[in-house]
Amino acid sequence: MEEQLLQLLFTGLTLGSIYSIIALTLVTTFNVTGILNLAQGEFVVIGALLAVSLQGTGMPMIAVFIVSVILVAILGGLLERLTIYRARGASNLSMLIITIGLSISLRGLALLIWGTETYSLPAFSKGGSMVLGGAALNPQSIWIFALVGVTLTGLYGFFGHTFWGKAVKASVYNQTGARLQGINLNTISFLAFVAAGGLGAAAGVSIGPITMVTYDMGFMLGVKGFVAAAIGGLSNVGGAVIGGILLGILESFSSGLISSGLKDAISMIILLGVLLFRPEGIIGAIRERKI
Amino acid sequence: MKLKNYRGFIILLLLLIIPLVAESNYLYSTLVIIGLYAIIVQGLGILMGYAGQVSFGHAAFFGLGGYTAAIISTRFHWPTLLALLASAILPGIIAGLIGRQTLKLRELYLALATLSFGILVHIFFNEGGELTGGPSGMSGIPNLSIGSFEFDSDQKFYLLVWLILLMLLIGIYNLVHSRTGRALCSIRESEYAAENAGIDCARLKLQAFVFSALLAGLAGGLYAFYVSFISPSPFSFHTSVQFVLMAVIGGLGTFWGPVIGAVVVVALNELLREIVPLLIPGAGGEYQIIIYGVILVGLMIFQPKGLSGMGQYFRIPLKKQLKADVKIRG
Amino acid sequence: MRKITMRLKSKLWLALLLVLSLLISACSPTKEADVKSTGGNEPYKIGAVLDISGNSSSLGVPERDTLLMMVEKLNANGGVKGHPIDLTIMDNKSDETESVLAVKTLIEKGALAILGASSSGTSMAMIKTVESEKVPMISLAAASSIVEPTSEREWVYKTAQSDIVMINKIISYLKKNNQNKIAFLYMNNSYGDNGKKAISAAVKDSGIDIVAEEKFDANDKDMTPQLTKVKASEAQVAIVWAIPPSASILTKNFKDIGLSIPLIHSHGVGNQKFIELAQGAADGVILPIGKLSVTQQISDNDSQKKVLESYIADYSKKYNAEPNSFGGYAWDAFNLLVNALEKAGPDRVAIRDELEKTQGFVGISGVFNMTPQDHNGLKEDSAVLVQVDQGKWKLIE
Repeated sequence: MEEQLLQLLFTGLTLGSIYSIIALTLVTTFNVTGILNLAQGEFVVIGALLAVSLQGTGMPMIAVFIVSVILVAILGGLLERLTIYRARGASNLSMLIITIGLSISLRGLALLIWGTETYSLPAFSKGGSMVLGGAALNPQSIWIFALVGVTLTGLYGFFGHTFWGKAVKASVYNQTGARLQGINLNTISFLAFVAAGGLGAAAGVSIGPITMVTYDMGFMLGVKGFVAAAIGGLSNVGGAVIGGILLGILESFSSGLISSGLKDAISMIILLGVLLFRPEGIIGAIRERKI
Repeated sequence: MKLKNYRGFIILLLLLIIPLVAESNYLYSTLVIIGLYAIIVQGLGILMGYAGQVSFGHAAFFGLGGYTAAIISTRFHWPTLLALLASAILPGIIAGLIGRQTLKLRELYLALATLSFGILVHIFFNEGGELTGGPSGMSGIPNLSIGSFEFDSDQKFYLLVWLILLMLLIGIYNLVHSRTGRALCSIRESEYAAENAGIDCARLKLQAFVFSALLAGLAGGLYAFYVSFISPSPFSFHTSVQFVLMAVIGGLGTFWGPVIGAVVVVALNELLREIVPLLIPGAGGEYQIIIYGVILVGLMIFQPKGLSGMGQYFRIPLKKQLKADVKIRG
Repeated sequence: MRKITMRLKSKLWLALLLVLSLLISACSPTKEADVKSTGGNEPYKIGAVLDISGNSSSLGVPERDTLLMMVEKLNANGGVKGHPIDLTIMDNKSDETESVLAVKTLIEKGALAILGASSSGTSMAMIKTVESEKVPMISLAAASSIVEPTSEREWVYKTAQSDIVMINKIISYLKKNNQNKIAFLYMNNSYGDNGKKAISAAVKDSGIDIVAEEKFDANDKDMTPQLTKVKASEAQVAIVWAIPPSASILTKNFKDIGLSIPLIHSHGVGNQKFIELAQGAADGVILPIGKLSVTQQISDNDSQKKVLESYIADYSKKYNAEPNSFGGYAWDAFNLLVNALEKAGPDRVAIRDELEKTQGFVGISGVFNMTPQDHNGLKEDSAVLVQVDQGKWKLIE
């Protein structure tokens, strides 16, 4: 029994690592621009699919990772200039729908280029799963957590110690004030989408070995990331990561101990509970207590 | 009935006669689907456009209506008309139950809450075992009939659906030009101001929510009888998004917006399916998806108020509205 | 000034009305001249509704490619008794509502028969239309409810083996090996659901017990939780009803957590992709499958061998890829229809009657023997058991 619980925990962590990296990318854009980017899942998929193609040319994995991140970052920036920038000032709902439109088009594009096949990506480290205490742990999830850690550190460093980071923070708190200080909000939105593209691709390449890659999986990943982010409080980077891990563990334990058919139902009920009774997210709650 | 905007209705009626001349089952069935979506989007339009509340869960009400009609008519053998009535009422009741808590949430949080409700209901369809038929769904749903009159052809169904829609339109026309309609609009503009003006916002929002759920359920019931087979897949989150898209494309807070939105989205889909292969030989759905997305984005950038906003030139001046506008400005 | 704008407005209204009515009349397909009166070498129109994009696109795409290849080949050889085949393929985007609209368009355009759809849900959604319009339809999906009860499915046929055919194959294998405690894992969609229904019915009086039953979602990325339950149970063998990629993920997880009981999959994993995606974990997996994947290994006396070889040769020549069983379903449906057309001519009722009379038709999925009670016509001999051995299919019986 103990072995089984440990196994469920490990699986939960693997799933959690996937959800938290996606939630993290969603929240980063949301924090900076106020736009919930529903095309985020598509950035993840395109990043992973690009990696599949690049890897096919015989490039080393590290180069594949970097090139794919750069390409999707460019794509993110390009799309921002073509759409979000042109629609600046539109309502939140219009922005949301623009990102839905983008996600539809990107999915179609992925289908056109890569077709309906499922692809696999090689794991970052050789060798199968590690066995700890009688339960198997997928080493790739450690890589994903490493990526989450690097991203988090990078984000905190950026926001806390660089001019642009402070400018972004200022513009989130008070747009007009920021503009009066000479901060260009358009540039910030542009950078946010470049980052969303790059981070999305990084997430895609690192989760690919576990999830495999199909052109249409972005939407579901996006929704899961969305749910994880909401559990964590929607505007809190640390919360997004914890929300993702919690969601993964919750799914794993509910399908292992209760019923696999109901595992999504259980996470949805938790989400509804969080929304109704603690809309600032679970992290908001913990923080309050700390202070 | 005060019907100042009669020209729009006359044009609609004229347009409705054309298919009867063409006598094409394909055209009928496309129009049935458009009609069903228009019924749902009408309700959603009231909720989003007038009361200002977003819902990403209306496919759930659509599905609840469909499953109610299917289960009641095949498992319990009720008369189909009663089953259809139940298919509207049950989603309405459920909306009433969940609405009070959920509608307190704002914007994205409301979107998230309705989304998770939609996913929960979808899981219920999949996990319902014997009751819902699970992922394989239910087949053999009988034809809708009133007495001995059976709606067994596309033409009859077309007339039924559009008759319902027409009555609905007249009802909504009167609604939005009544005190309630103006009260709803004021909620969209500012809840605080509305409360101060003595409007019970929570109650009105709930009523709009229940009304939209009733309509979605009714459309679901009609869908079940029309296709005679039902499974969880048409009621997923994607469909909810599709409904929101229709409402927004048509134009929020406009009277003809929902109908225009439903027509345009379905017709665009059908047209792209016909035209794309002509332009790019051998092209499949992928091109359609890309073009659809691009059109959607373009529309939101260049015409964020939806297509009915484009009809500036065609707009029939609603004298009352104009006067109200002047008053506010003054 | 006001008057002028008013007049302008009403003109614009009129123009809009005109444009709209033109559009609608343009959209409505022109009625076909009476189909029966076609003489000379007029083409025979048939239609196909396939899940080319959307969730089931991995089924629809090889089916489309096969159909396009078949039509081209047939028409180059003179068509059906001198009549070329005019095939219209429509994509239903794996959506049931779109499926209904697509089949109505095709019937409107005068299609003599409908091929498709690719998956069970999209096929089921078309049944009411073809039954009421009296148009023969040959589905490419597996669920037996598509053609049963035949009293309500007068016009509907299908080419994919029903799950029960495959399940029976597995059950007799289990009996031979004295394994009577099984774990059943299935995908939570209509494919898995039909598998579950079939196996629950099949094990009833066979002395075999299902000691663990678990399901997982098509989007799930890790099935370890379900497998840990299987590990804790006393199952002697695990049977899985799923398609890749989730079937491959499960197979990887199965090996990762060190489960050592035999793993039996369904025909849903019957393509090379499954082995590739499982990255080495698929070795030892046993599954029932149509003969297409093991064409080279089956006996030369097998009546299907020639047909299989020619399909593989044609397909690989045209698309530079191996065909799979989904394409095979389309091959069977198309040729069944062409056979019926040859005998019946352009008459929907006669085509239906000929389809029902099909006897000993050698296809890709098996030898078809249709009867008024059986609109699929395939028996257990249409399937073989194979085992994955170093990344290749190996016939084990």
